[in-house]
Amino acid sequence: MRPTHTFLAESITAGYDKKTMLHDISIEIPSNNISIIIGANGCGKSTLLKTMARLIKPTSGQISLDGKPIHKIPPKQLARVLGLLPQSPIVPEGITVADLVGRGRFPHHTFMKGWSKKDYEAVAEAMEIMNITEFADRNIDELSGGQRQRVWIAMALAQQTDILFLDEPTTYLDITYQVEILDLLTDLNRKYGTTIVMVLHDINLSARYADHIFALHKGKLVAEGAPSEVITSELIKDIFNLDCKVIEDPVSDSPSVVPIGRHHNKSISVSESAVIV
Amino acid sequence: MINETIHSIMDSRLKRQRRFIIMTSVLALISLALCFTMLMLGNTIYPVEDVFHVLMGEDVKGASFAVGTIRLPRMIAGVFAGFAFGVGGYIFQTMLRNPLANPNVIGITTGSSAAAVFCIIVLQASTTVISIASVIGGLTTVLVIYALSKGSSFSIGRLILIGIGIQAMLTAFINYLLLIGQENDLPAAMRWLSGSLNGAKMETLFPLVLMVIVFTPIILFYGKRLEMLELGEQAATSLGVDTNKTRIILIISSVLILALATATTGPIAFVAFLSGPIAKRLVGVGFSNILPAGLIGVILVLASDLIGQFAFVARYPVGVITGILGAPYLIYLLIRINRKGDL
Repeated sequence: MRPTHTFLAESITAGYDKKTMLHDISIEIPSNNISIIIGANGCGKSTLLKTMARLIKPTSGQISLDGKPIHKIPPKQLARVLGLLPQSPIVPEGITVADLVGRGRFPHHTFMKGWSKKDYEAVAEAMEIMNITEFADRNIDELSGGQRQRVWIAMALAQQTDILFLDEPTTYLDITYQVEILDLLTDLNRKYGTTIVMVLHDINLSARYADHIFALHKGKLVAEGAPSEVITSELIKDIFNLDCKVIEDPVSDSPSVVPIGRHHNKSISVSESAVIV
Repeated sequence: MINETIHSIMDSRLKRQRRFIIMTSVLALISLALCFTMLMLGNTIYPVEDVFHVLMGEDVKGASFAVGTIRLPRMIAGVFAGFAFGVGGYIFQTMLRNPLANPNVIGITTGSSAAAVFCIIVLQASTTVISIASVIGGLTTVLVIYALSKGSSFSIGRLILIGIGIQAMLTAFINYLLLIGQENDLPAAMRWLSGSLNGAKMETLFPLVLMVIVFTPIILFYGKRLEMLELGEQAATSLGVDTNKTRIILIISSVLILALATATTGPIAFVAFLSGPIAKRLVGVGFSNILPAGLIGVILVLASDLIGQFAFVARYPVGVITGILGAPYLIYLLIRINRKGDL
């Protein structure tokens, strides 16, 4: 099991250039759990994740890992505890799957030391978890979007961090692959206790896979907690400006959002089959 | 199952490592052979033993002057300049993820040339001043190109286009200087138009040799980080790379050796542009190809110089030969980019 960490963001304000995207956000990441950040486009969810992963420097406030400000931890040392899979990493031309996954071992290497048995084990394990061993010697360019995303996640896994951030790991993927990726990440959390924090677009999948939800609206944290407590029609109205019914997901017992549109507006009493939360 | 995976990963990694070592050794051997050929060939052809004796510091009648004073500096200039062009070109191409984003194409070497020609023709400066000026010229050009292409967001395509524009301006400036220059300054200045190993002297080689020896280990050390940088800013940062520091150190180191190489031999056309892609083709990706790219640079310069000296009735400076070799590749690359539709 991966060790427990205290990861805190204390009243952080951050943004790009002059545009402030996050206003005074304070959160604690629940250790060894899956947390998902939700919110509308441009609400700052990606910015929050990037700020916590030190890709963006907050203009005020502090982010700390086990009581230490993250910008004071040497980059390589931090990279052994905290990993981030960016939304659109770049594939170097002609690189093979095993090579790319192997790059995740960089923070564990010291100068001049070659690959150790531990490195090979970590890479092999990451590839097995992500089911990509059969592609090991293939070129990344030859893979489908879903396979490619599994390779990237495997690279982040080879890094063997206790905390893993993922910025929209399921974007551009078919629903089948979305579920597949989220299942694999859940395996990872259940098996190793890896703390996972991710930004997801799909609320229903978020509600299903998260232990903890952070809901953002216009750069502010508006709600957090277990999905069943947080996801309500009021919250959805607040952050997405969308009328909806929240029912119980028949497969997972988690809350599920059913949007109401101008053309589809059956009164609640008609759909008796749906349990209203 | 896991053991099988470990073994197959290990196998293919070791296989590639072997290929890297073999290729690098072969390139080093070819470089060495070319070095000796450079020393042996000339108006009089001296056997290997004589060359050895001269290198050992013994006095060999006739050979000592021709080999030790004329051919040796020429060879050393070719080796170090070729290596610097190869390494510098590879660093820029990899860092900016574009084969066109290259010290030749975007005008960094032209910046060095312009500063040097200015010193020769206008200031009548000494060789030391020329070296320093060409380094400053190269660095300034980088800064100007970078500042102009920054805009609201950094774009590599814009950087390349601005670089090509700056290069055109600098070339015009060099031509203007050559027109107003005094006749007896022209031979020295002309060397800046196309690179040449003619007239290399031991005394003038020192700065280049020193800088290459000092900065190559630094560049090789940061080469691992450069591999991570290839994955993009964010992925590199989360892998524990200090991306800004890495970029600055790599840019400064490569511009320094490029500028000094340019100051010593002039801008030998296309070597910085060709070495990286050739090294990648030979060695493959997955390993940092800095060393192979440097060796390819050496081979290109030495081989082209030999061709320029001995293959034709007239003698051509090395830059003419590398130009003939490089231009088709540039055209090929432009056609390919044009088809793909992005810069």
